[in-house]
Amino acid sequence: MDERRLDGNAIGGELMELFGTEMTVAWAVCRACGAHEQLAEMRVYRDAPGIVGRCVRCEAVLLRIVHAPGRSYVEFSGVASLEMPVS
Amino acid sequence: MPVISRGFHGRRQDGPPDRVPPGQYVTEDFPVLSAGPTPHVHLDSWTFEIQRGDDLLHSWTWDEFQGLPREDVTRDIHCVTKWSKLDTTWEGVSVDTLLDTVDDDSAYVLAYSYGGYDTNLPRDDVTGGKAWVVDTFDGEPLDPEHGGPARLLVPHLYFWKSAKWVRGLIMRDEDDPGFWESNGYHLRGDPWLEQRYWGD
Amino acid sequence: MAGTAVLGRLTWLVAEVAATVPETPRTRTLVLDVPGWSGHRAGQHLDVRLTSDDGYQAQRSYSIASAPGQPLAITVERLEDGEVSPYLVDVVHDGDAFEVRGPIGGYFVWEAGDERPVLLVGGGSGVVPLMAMARAHKAAGADTRMRLLYSSRTLDDVIYHGELVHLDGNGLDVVYTLTRGQPPGWTGYARRIDDDMLREVAWPAGDGPIVFVCGSTHFVDAAADGLVRLGYDPRWVKTERFGATG
Repeated sequence: MDERRLDGNAIGGELMELFGTEMTVAWAVCRACGAHEQLAEMRVYRDAPGIVGRCVRCEAVLLRIVHAPGRSYVEFSGVASLEMPVS
Repeated sequence: MPVISRGFHGRRQDGPPDRVPPGQYVTEDFPVLSAGPTPHVHLDSWTFEIQRGDDLLHSWTWDEFQGLPREDVTRDIHCVTKWSKLDTTWEGVSVDTLLDTVDDDSAYVLAYSYGGYDTNLPRDDVTGGKAWVVDTFDGEPLDPEHGGPARLLVPHLYFWKSAKWVRGLIMRDEDDPGFWESNGYHLRGDPWLEQRYWGD
Repeated sequence: MAGTAVLGRLTWLVAEVAATVPETPRTRTLVLDVPGWSGHRAGQHLDVRLTSDDGYQAQRSYSIASAPGQPLAITVERLEDGEVSPYLVDVVHDGDAFEVRGPIGGYFVWEAGDERPVLLVGGGSGVVPLMAMARAHKAAGADTRMRLLYSSRTLDDVIYHGELVHLDGNGLDVVYTLTRGQPPGWTGYARRIDDDMLREVAWPAGDGPIVFVCGSTHFVDAAADGLVRLGYDPRWVKTERFGATG
């Protein structure tokens, strides 16, 4: 039972700290299957040695975040495109 | 200096310094860390393969794997998230036994798993009695959330190298980074040298 | 990122506990005094960071229970074997301090002014952000329909029960389902949420409702799937999953 799985809301603070803006409302296109999903809805596995965000439809990795002292490593290559609201 | 919260203590205990690498604490629990959904693999379709390039060098079914010489293994394990667990007991097949069946002297391997996880290792780190494919933990069949039916066990390196749900080794000439090594985690991961992240 | 709507990097602020309110045997509300707090929208959460005297830090997220404009409050459930929640529920008292950052979240938010009928579906401590929405609805005097379907183990585990009794029929409909034990004479639902219950409780899909579902991953997945089967537009079924880590 994957109760350890959460969603993008759980890393809202993390994403805001990395990108300087609210990110959970951003729409991502999954590179593997083409699904459009808001980052809030992405499947998040947060217990790992890092954070893994996966596509709600196909479970492909959308993003990975690793926190090291004084820096974070972020990899978004599973996101083909990100749509962010700008006012 | 962040504000100290009165009366808050983490759960950590320090352990004997000759057993516990720098920056680690000892736990009695066995935390579950996962990068994705738990794969559920039926034993009648499970295989372990050794590949090089497009060539399948050898493959074992579960029954064949069960027929290989087995060892009891008791070791300390160290997770990069700072917990260490002492005297963990496992049962499985030495990677030396597996690699002895193939005629290949590649310097590096990529261990890969059901569910898509992988991790890179020098051959020297999985031979000479340093690594096993284990299917039993603490006397019981390995739980799927801890990597069952079988996982790699490489206790002298940080535990992200001990790939859960392992399904094979790819023999290769380069130490190309795996799932975590390609995004911030150290290429080798020796806990005694505190090789947690890139640049350590 | 120049020119984009940057809300500013989150900074950790010092929170002092102004009051503690026991809610149920497992939960407690902490009212916080946070100089520099910029306010929040109903449904948002904040992150709490604790530092022990040897420098060890632990961090968790908690939904804000208070409505915008009310004193900032979070409600915490004590999780067995938790590292942070037992501290916040059992140890912390008035005057204690820790750090918070927030508010966080732009997806799971409700604001008075949204004219759509609202369905709130909460499991256990998943009710906390939904309560912020119910409180915001009342504080704004909103006349849009709002209904809460709240799943708890027993009546003793219903958080904010007194306040919900007061709100029920007063701008908010409250429907309980008690899954583990019911008081004598209970005539309400006594089972896990299923399609039949949703069909009876949810607003008709054709009314264009917005739904907020919050609780454990298993609870949220089941309820959200059920609503979509009832014909709800998945774009208007907002979900927030809480973990079992504490």
